[in-house]
Amino acid sequence: MSIRVGVDIGGTFTDVALEHPDGLSTFKLLTDYSQPEAAILAGIQQACDQAGVTATDIEQVIHGTTLVTNALISRRGARTAFITTQGFRDVIEMRSENRFEQYDLNLNLPLPLVPRQDRLVAKERVAASGEVLLSLSEEDIADLVHQVREGEYEAVAIGFMHAYANPEHERRMEEALHSSLPQVSVSLSSVVSPQMRELPRFNTVIANAYVQPQVADYLGRLVALMKDSGIAAPVFMLHSGGGLISVETAIEQPVRLLESGPAGGAIFAAGYARAHGVDKALSFDMGGTTAKICLIEDGFSKSANTFEIARTYRFKKGSGMIVSTPVVEMVEIGAGGGSIASIDAIGRIQVGPASAGSEPGPACYRRGGEHATVTDANLILGRLDPEGFAGGAIPLDPSLSQIAIDAELSRKSELSVAEAAFGVTEMVDENMANAARVHTVEHGRDIEHFTMIAFGGGAPLHAGRLCEKLGLERLIVPPGAGVGSAIGFLRAPFSYEATRGLFQRIDDFDCDVVNATLAELEAEASAFVAAGAQDMATMSRLTVFMRYSGQGWEIPVSFDAVHFKKGDETRLVTAFEAAYRTLFGRTIEALAVEVTNWSLTVSTPESPTPAVAIPEHTMQAHVTRTRTVFDAALRANVEASEVARDLMGPGAVVDGPAVIIEAETSTIVPTAYTAQMLPDGALVITRKACAP
Amino acid sequence: MTPTAIDYQIMWNRLIAVVEEQATTLVRTAFSTSVREAGDLSAGLFDRQARMIAQAVTGTPGHVNAMAESVGHFAREIGALNILEGDVYITNDPWMGTGHLHDITVVTPVFRQGLHIGFFACTAHVVDIGGRGFGPDAGEVYEEGLLIPISKFADRGEVNAFLIHVVRANVRTPDQTIGDMYSLAACNEAGNRRLQAMLDEFALVNIDALSDFIIDSSRKATREAIAAVPDGQYQYHMRVDGYEAPVDLCVSLTAQGDRVRADFSGTSGASRFGVNVPEVYTRAYACYALKCAIAPEVPNNTGSLDPFEISAPEGSILAAKRPAPVSVRHVLGHLVPDVVLGALHQALPGVVPAEGASALWNVQISARSTDPAADRPPAEVLMFNSGGTGARPSLDGLSATAFPSGVSTMSVEATEHVGPIVVWTKELRAGSGGAGAYRGGLGQIIEIEPRAGYEFWFNAMFDRVENAARGREGGHNGMAGSVELTDGTKLRSKGRQKIEVGQCLRLSLPGGGGYGPPQARAPAAIVADLAAGIVTPAQAKTTYGYEDPNDD
Repeated sequence: MSIRVGVDIGGTFTDVALEHPDGLSTFKLLTDYSQPEAAILAGIQQACDQAGVTATDIEQVIHGTTLVTNALISRRGARTAFITTQGFRDVIEMRSENRFEQYDLNLNLPLPLVPRQDRLVAKERVAASGEVLLSLSEEDIADLVHQVREGEYEAVAIGFMHAYANPEHERRMEEALHSSLPQVSVSLSSVVSPQMRELPRFNTVIANAYVQPQVADYLGRLVALMKDSGIAAPVFMLHSGGGLISVETAIEQPVRLLESGPAGGAIFAAGYARAHGVDKALSFDMGGTTAKICLIEDGFSKSANTFEIARTYRFKKGSGMIVSTPVVEMVEIGAGGGSIASIDAIGRIQVGPASAGSEPGPACYRRGGEHATVTDANLILGRLDPEGFAGGAIPLDPSLSQIAIDAELSRKSELSVAEAAFGVTEMVDENMANAARVHTVEHGRDIEHFTMIAFGGGAPLHAGRLCEKLGLERLIVPPGAGVGSAIGFLRAPFSYEATRGLFQRIDDFDCDVVNATLAELEAEASAFVAAGAQDMATMSRLTVFMRYSGQGWEIPVSFDAVHFKKGDETRLVTAFEAAYRTLFGRTIEALAVEVTNWSLTVSTPESPTPAVAIPEHTMQAHVTRTRTVFDAALRANVEASEVARDLMGPGAVVDGPAVIIEAETSTIVPTAYTAQMLPDGALVITRKACAP
Repeated sequence: MTPTAIDYQIMWNRLIAVVEEQATTLVRTAFSTSVREAGDLSAGLFDRQARMIAQAVTGTPGHVNAMAESVGHFAREIGALNILEGDVYITNDPWMGTGHLHDITVVTPVFRQGLHIGFFACTAHVVDIGGRGFGPDAGEVYEEGLLIPISKFADRGEVNAFLIHVVRANVRTPDQTIGDMYSLAACNEAGNRRLQAMLDEFALVNIDALSDFIIDSSRKATREAIAAVPDGQYQYHMRVDGYEAPVDLCVSLTAQGDRVRADFSGTSGASRFGVNVPEVYTRAYACYALKCAIAPEVPNNTGSLDPFEISAPEGSILAAKRPAPVSVRHVLGHLVPDVVLGALHQALPGVVPAEGASALWNVQISARSTDPAADRPPAEVLMFNSGGTGARPSLDGLSATAFPSGVSTMSVEATEHVGPIVVWTKELRAGSGGAGAYRGGLGQIIEIEPRAGYEFWFNAMFDRVENAARGREGGHNGMAGSVELTDGTKLRSKGRQKIEVGQCLRLSLPGGGGYGPPQARAPAAIVADLAAGIVTPAQAKTTYGYEDPNDD
């Protein structure tokens, strides 16, 4: 086995996972905002020391970062101009023309990334069919080049109407800019996001241009620093769709680096789903500020082609910026250990989305936090050990939690501190369960049939209760859950998803046009994959976005070929009808079917995942002591067995109520469940009535 | 297990999630573009007494208490003895539902252990309901399409085949309209499954105690909020365009202790055209406006809606009597909040915004081949567009944003795939926001031309062309709207009109009113507006009295 390292730069921590012949070493250190690459080197060095390997022996570095997301949220990007079709200058400012919060008279809408004065217009127009209605003149091009020069822009985004159907005008504009202003980086909507719908496409190309100089600079520094340190290994980047791309591709299309951390988490969970033979899994990742939920079916996470970044208002849908780039689909809600609880105008407990973060953090951290948080509530309910938190590194003070909950909740309601603490955890669990339920409904699935895979510092504390609320019978808590994303990076294939808006009605299906487009997509995707995977074998997957004529919303349909023969369109309709029936429970007779977008993914095969054997013999785990823990389903305190996770060998079993402790977190096993340690280090927690 | 206070809170949260899930199911399965892309729907849960317990937050405050009242009509018309397990009820009666024939409301009774415990209800705007189509030109509701009185869509699980047959024969898009009827029924069923699971989890046989808890605590919180409004009587009057004659909208708002009453006496009589508003829709928007300003945080249910007492004189344009035409009742309905807030401003200065464009500028386009012999299919296109909202007491208005409606616009690229039109322009209308210490939101300009070989008819249903949104506290009026060809030829702002080959329709949507005197506007804000090109240098100078320091 070769030596590889995965590095995930998050908002607070930089996580390192080093894979070497003797196993896996992980390391966590604080993110260095001014010099993130320095923290990477330091982390790699420490992980190497821990594992007893030499950094120069590393053969591959896989990296993911929140750099792009942070640059967009904090608005620290390049001075960017946006060149668009005359008449559509304000698309990114007008957004969807609605308000994401109905009852707030003082609502603020998020500001566009590029202000109006930096949005330049070209006299050109392409029709939906790709036909040119108004040709872009050379004089107009020259004038726009002049404006970019005079405006001293560092980056230019070009987004013309229907450019996905005919990119010629965008390309001519790009060529002119390149030849006159070679130092300016240029992004085209027809390259970055060639899909119908102007708002997400324009947002995507602008985001790409806006972060490009910064990302190019950072990745350049990182690669140079690696070389200087004697690490000759190539660096690959994890993209939002959960695959690897070369540094060069990342520099060209930095918008694909969004959400790489969560994508790593999804790969991590998917690996356990495959190893444990779980065909329907719900990954649940809970940190200090947010919780993320992702569906994993048949061993793979769901993907989407649009998502919303940088939400500005209580994580509300619509309050951010919608972009279209391939992404692992997940829901994120403002629920974490640091989420602040309060009593609202009607006397109800509300939790989040405001968070105490890590500074000052929950009241019990003794860092001056006065708000009652989810962590404070967990401490009061006995779910956290005040001495054992973070392996004893952060001693918790329950009396401060008591004071905060009393002041913020009890005095504003008729609840005792214990009742209020229960109310806080129950409400946050309810919010997460509701989000999970809605997410599965949106995919036409029944959540009862899913197995939960929980990771991230907070998830093992809450996952048991969530399973009870959702009616799930099985929960898997993998090892190394605190650095799950970085471990996930090591399992990622090389992949690239190429998309194209090409409108086709099935009753007027043109095989030749479709095949030509698919061949282009495959060539494009293969080239990007080959840049990293060299001559590894690859496979291609086609997803077709289809709908009934007249509907406004396409559904993704997987198709088993990437080339069409005459008559294949009827097979496509059959696949569409099957997908439609899964989502909506029925099909509609007599309506025409149409395709809007095509998406072709080329990837190397997933790393093989050996199945985990169920231990033949079970034994009772060693119970260190019993402690009093509040069981939410029973609404009562119970005496729970405390077990050290690292002392549980394969086959070790403990019945709920139990608390399984480890340095990074604790796993709560509710009274109704029983936990077993498997040979791969994963805890499998099963409802008692269902245990084998 | 007897539920505790926390259990009730958890269940309340769960019910809100249940109705959101119900709405999500509808959005995903509906055919109507206005439902799927714009959010023109609602969904809610009611108790056995037809009191609303929870409602999804969707794009349509106009459905808020319209649907809340509707379920009471169903319960009464069907009759307690005739409410059976497996039943599904339906209507699109504007006076029993949500105000026009295009909205179909479906109500499904909920049973547990054989006993009737409540209702799920939902409403969606369907693609077509026959008649003249979505437009204001009808003289009576009979011309506006098919009216389905309150009846059983399904009787003990058996779908009413005759009803389906009748609908199929009377609408232009039978598959979609009937598909939407099934979607509505399915979304209630989805809600019911979740509700039953929750009742299992909490071991409850009915929702009576939970309903009391939700409604009582909401009523209490709402009454407390109302009590904070200073007692008194406050009047406001606003003149708007109407169809054949200007319309005066008048309100008298009375706050007394924990009660507030809005009375629309003095408002103009009904129109001959379909801009009339059934009272239920007036109540919905008046209530929405009051709730935004007085008790925004209390979730929608009978307890939070009841304390707002709203009435309009029967036969007025805000309480039209059957068989008045009501197809585009949204236009005046959307203007109701401006009137109510204008009165409330006197009671609560510094809370409510200036007047805004308010009424959506929906465009319904029917494109037809210029050569009937050519093989060019006809197409129907619906676009939702918004002008500017009024400036707020300490914030500028929102540009091209819907208020009070909450619907979304559709992508121009997607729209151009639906029908043979080209949208040449859809951008902010510079200079249209009313000047003020805080500037009104900008309207927008939209230019639409038929593609080669086509001409189109469009139904104009636009207001604030003759009567601009007024500023408050010294703020200036927003710019009025206009409807014309790009060559400057004026068109009517209401009614069906034709755009010929080679012509291009231009809609200039109104801006919102300003708040506070323009002289009080922060110089930095004026500089920013100038740089962005949303006020002109001349405007900056004459309206704001701003002298550019670099200008000599």
